[in-house]
Amino acid sequence: MVDLEALEAEARASLAEAGDEASLDAWRVVWLGRRGRLTSVLRGVRDLPVEERPRVGAGANRLKVSLEEAVAAHRSQLLASAADTDAIDVTLPGRAPPLGSLHPITLTRRMLERTFRDMGFDVVEGPDVELEEYNFDRLRIPAGHPARDMWDTIWVADDGDSGPRQLLRTHTSPMQIRYLERRSPPIRVIVPGTCYRYEATDATHEWMLTQIEGLVIDRNLSMAHLKGTLEAFVRRMFGADIETRFRCDYFPFVEPGAELGVRWQGDWLEILGCGMVHPEIIEDAGLDPELYTGFAFGMGVERVAMLRYGVRDIRHFYRNDVRFLRQFEGRR
Amino acid sequence: MMDVPLKWLARYVDWDLSVEELAHRLSMAGAEVESIRSSGGEWDQVVVGRVAAVDPHPNADRLRLATVEFGADEPLQVVCGAPNLEAGQTIAFAQVGAQLIDPGTREPRKLRRGKIRGVTSMGMVCSERELGLSDEHEGILVLDTDAPLGTPLADVLGDVVLDIKPTPNRPDHFSILGIAREVAALTGGSVIEPASVYPESDIPIDARSSVTIEDAEGCPRYTAIVIDGVRIGPSPEWMQEALLSAGMRPINNIVDVTNYVMLEWGQPLHAFDFDLLREQRIVVRRARAGEQLELLDGSQLELQTDDLVIADGERAVALAGIMGGADSEISEATTTVLLETANFQEATIRRSRAMHTETGTEASRRFEKSLNPELADLAARRAAALIIETAGGQALAGLVDAYPGKTHPPQVVVTQRRIEQILSLLPSVEEVRGTLSALGISNRWIPPDRFAVSCPPWRSDIKVADDVIEEIGRILGYDNLPSAPLPGAVPDPDIDPQRDLGERIRDTLSGLGLREIITYVTVAAEESAATASSGDDNRIAVRLQNPMNAERDRMRPSLRPWGLRSFAQNQREARGGLGLFEVGKTFAPNPGRQPTETRTLLALLGGESAATVHGEAARAIDFFDAKGLLEQLCAGLGVEFALSADAGDAFLAGGQSATVNVRGQEVGVIGKVRPSVASTFDVQGDVFALELSMAALAPVLGESEPVPSPSVYPSAVEDLALVVDASCPAGDLAAAISGNGLVERVELFDIYSGDQIPNGQKSLAFRVYYRSPDRTLTDRDVEKARRGIVRRLESQFQASLRDS
Repeated sequence: MVDLEALEAEARASLAEAGDEASLDAWRVVWLGRRGRLTSVLRGVRDLPVEERPRVGAGANRLKVSLEEAVAAHRSQLLASAADTDAIDVTLPGRAPPLGSLHPITLTRRMLERTFRDMGFDVVEGPDVELEEYNFDRLRIPAGHPARDMWDTIWVADDGDSGPRQLLRTHTSPMQIRYLERRSPPIRVIVPGTCYRYEATDATHEWMLTQIEGLVIDRNLSMAHLKGTLEAFVRRMFGADIETRFRCDYFPFVEPGAELGVRWQGDWLEILGCGMVHPEIIEDAGLDPELYTGFAFGMGVERVAMLRYGVRDIRHFYRNDVRFLRQFEGRR
Repeated sequence: MMDVPLKWLARYVDWDLSVEELAHRLSMAGAEVESIRSSGGEWDQVVVGRVAAVDPHPNADRLRLATVEFGADEPLQVVCGAPNLEAGQTIAFAQVGAQLIDPGTREPRKLRRGKIRGVTSMGMVCSERELGLSDEHEGILVLDTDAPLGTPLADVLGDVVLDIKPTPNRPDHFSILGIAREVAALTGGSVIEPASVYPESDIPIDARSSVTIEDAEGCPRYTAIVIDGVRIGPSPEWMQEALLSAGMRPINNIVDVTNYVMLEWGQPLHAFDFDLLREQRIVVRRARAGEQLELLDGSQLELQTDDLVIADGERAVALAGIMGGADSEISEATTTVLLETANFQEATIRRSRAMHTETGTEASRRFEKSLNPELADLAARRAAALIIETAGGQALAGLVDAYPGKTHPPQVVVTQRRIEQILSLLPSVEEVRGTLSALGISNRWIPPDRFAVSCPPWRSDIKVADDVIEEIGRILGYDNLPSAPLPGAVPDPDIDPQRDLGERIRDTLSGLGLREIITYVTVAAEESAATASSGDDNRIAVRLQNPMNAERDRMRPSLRPWGLRSFAQNQREARGGLGLFEVGKTFAPNPGRQPTETRTLLALLGGESAATVHGEAARAIDFFDAKGLLEQLCAGLGVEFALSADAGDAFLAGGQSATVNVRGQEVGVIGKVRPSVASTFDVQGDVFALELSMAALAPVLGESEPVPSPSVYPSAVEDLALVVDASCPAGDLAAAISGNGLVERVELFDIYSGDQIPNGQKSLAFRVYYRSPDRTLTDRDVEKARRGIVRRLESQFQASLRDS
């Protein structure tokens, strides 16, 4: 005589006591395993009297299904309650991998470089310590020229050296001459670089500054190309709706000379100097100035960075205060 | 800066534009108007008033009480000592609080309510001196105006002044006439030239005086006019008003004329008392050694032999182009004037100005802009005419014109083809000629296609065709020129591997949590010495002649000093760890040539590792954090590196430093900054540095290596525990294991010394991954490979297998 009911009661009672996965597995082995107690009942059916076989067989099979369900339900219940015991305070701060930052001048220089590269410009650099000849004379600024006053110069001490006079370049323009020495038209290049001025520092002046010089020379380029190129640059930088204007200005190495302004928050803001490359510079480069013409331009990267980021004091850039630099995390 | 009063400007040119529009057009055409201001701006609280009544002062005979109406509800009573005060006069009334010139000290002073001899005075009826208008202080200024009472005085007597910032090529913008020519060209008008005709006596000037130029380089031209019988006095009111509105003080009729003509034409002039010139002649020469000169402003100069002076027959009487001397000054006793109108070399003037004055003078400012010597006689004749008009007298016939620097100004030929080539448009012949003529540039049309142009006397910047084209373009307005995209081919780029490498390193390190800094390029000798790799390093440097900071007088040989300084400055703010890096140039001298500029990376880290949260224990940053950066950096660059211990660099601590080698090339150093160096810069605690040279690293990077396909066959993994001498570098063992062709990867997973390990030795446990690209490895393959490895380690490192 097999008492299925008693068997079921016993199985369920011991299942209820299983408090973790391991005891569940053990219970399963005891009751439903290959040699488990319910399995033995099923195996023993064929040894029962014929008239009992259907009742016990069917009952034991139903019980097996029912216990399988019970153990599955118990297992998921166990899992759920286990998750609850591992609960965390999700509002605690995360364990963030540190985020570094690029310097705002690097970010701005790169943005300007990207913009010009997109327009087909090459990017090269030149020496910070320049010869007087390249910084001034060959740019049509001989000693005694009134325009030399536009750049207060930091000179390299000669220390008894008989070589040509050296200085910290006051602008990136000497690279116009150097690039022309090794390349021939078509020329389309920008030159980012650090420049130096013997100048007291205040909120808008630093003695060390970053410039980007541009030079474009090809056959029959005109002021229309100067305007078209720089307008396109400004649109890419400040958006398609930016208003621009060109006014006459003077730089000894261009003729005609100009200055590009943009309307920024209601005011006209001068952002770069430019002009047609002076025919004597074209000629000095061994080119026919009647055939080859072009334009040059130069702008201050700090100035653009100040606009982009709303920085009011230029001295922040080279003070390298982490509280300032931190704000450029994740910026482009 | 040039002050251009519009009333004065209007003497030469008409315009029909608002002040703002006029200023805008001038700026766009190159004469930048920095500000527009009213010349009466300082007369705050000074208004038009009327003397309603005059009563005697109860306590003083020479004072009277004036009742003044000035548009307020109630008139006010003031005490006044002026003899010309009369009831019914229209006067300038200063209310309490107005800023006036103190007639005694000539300094500005705020007017306060005061009691004069027991009577309260509620303001002041002003003299010209008190208003800063002139020296007149005998009586009050009586106004001739219909303006309503209470009108600000500035509206009656003031003028609108354009503050113009000339570019260095345009000395003519330092003159009212120069600006008038711009206005004429911009508005399609023309300039009325001022009169410069005057009667001359029969006596030729050569009979009375002479000019000798001993230094033609310093003085290309010197003209002199002598005027007899002048009467010194105040200049006429219109001239005083003009000078005041342009920011100059009236002095007397002769001096005022020289100033007036300087502002009108841009050519400085000087007047000598002819009778005080010894031998009554002029010599232009360099100063003699030890020569002295007292200037008009009272300063006593010790002249130097490269100062250019104006001398008479005996001694220096003026510092050329800068200021006249006190000894030959125009005084009330002067009856004969020698008028100097000369041209001086800009470099000479600049040198003397810098030597002897703080800011220069109106004259030196103009000479330093390189004036055209052709301008001298035009201004001279104009000034002579005005002197005779305002001070009487008669000019001797002619002028002395010593002109050793005379050149013939070249004709500039401008073709229509060139105009169109540069401007992308071609104005008509009439348009071009009209513009040039309005600017006073003489021009000729040479059919069929060109213009011949010459530079006018007041300019020196018209030398080539493109100079003329700028004139045409700027008057037309650059904004009116067409705009076009760049045509033609895009040039091939230059390749600069060092620059590219610097950019990649910036990206990698900022991605790994470091902050980029950009620091100054100059360092002090001690800083450079304190951070040098060896004692020899610091002996030579690129030194500056005039550094911004006297101590930081040399270009940085490394990024170390400023890196450490930035690190120390930021340590307090950086809770936990701090990681900074810079990619910048360092400088090494080359005798006779430009320095070698090397792009260098310096990364510095210290403090505690990564952010810790929820009270987790922090870990101090150590050498291996720096090395980890290097590992990531090199992984990103696709190269392997090797360290060799002790960099032998005085900047780094010997026991925790190494040189970094890539493909056999030494490319930098890594290690703990020597604590004595770090503390020199106030760095707290340990700081670790990684320094790489782009110049060394870029060339060995070369082409990127081909990427092998991953093997499809399984790997076999084995652990290998080795006992070696405690000083044996783990990296060398790992490299030796990797040397086996079947080894894909080696990981060090345990280091142990202590129980079971002999003293002076250590156990290193490596996990070795074997894999073949073309077959599944058998146990025999692995066994064979392991035996080979162990044999090699035994012979090379005296290693023994643990547990064997």
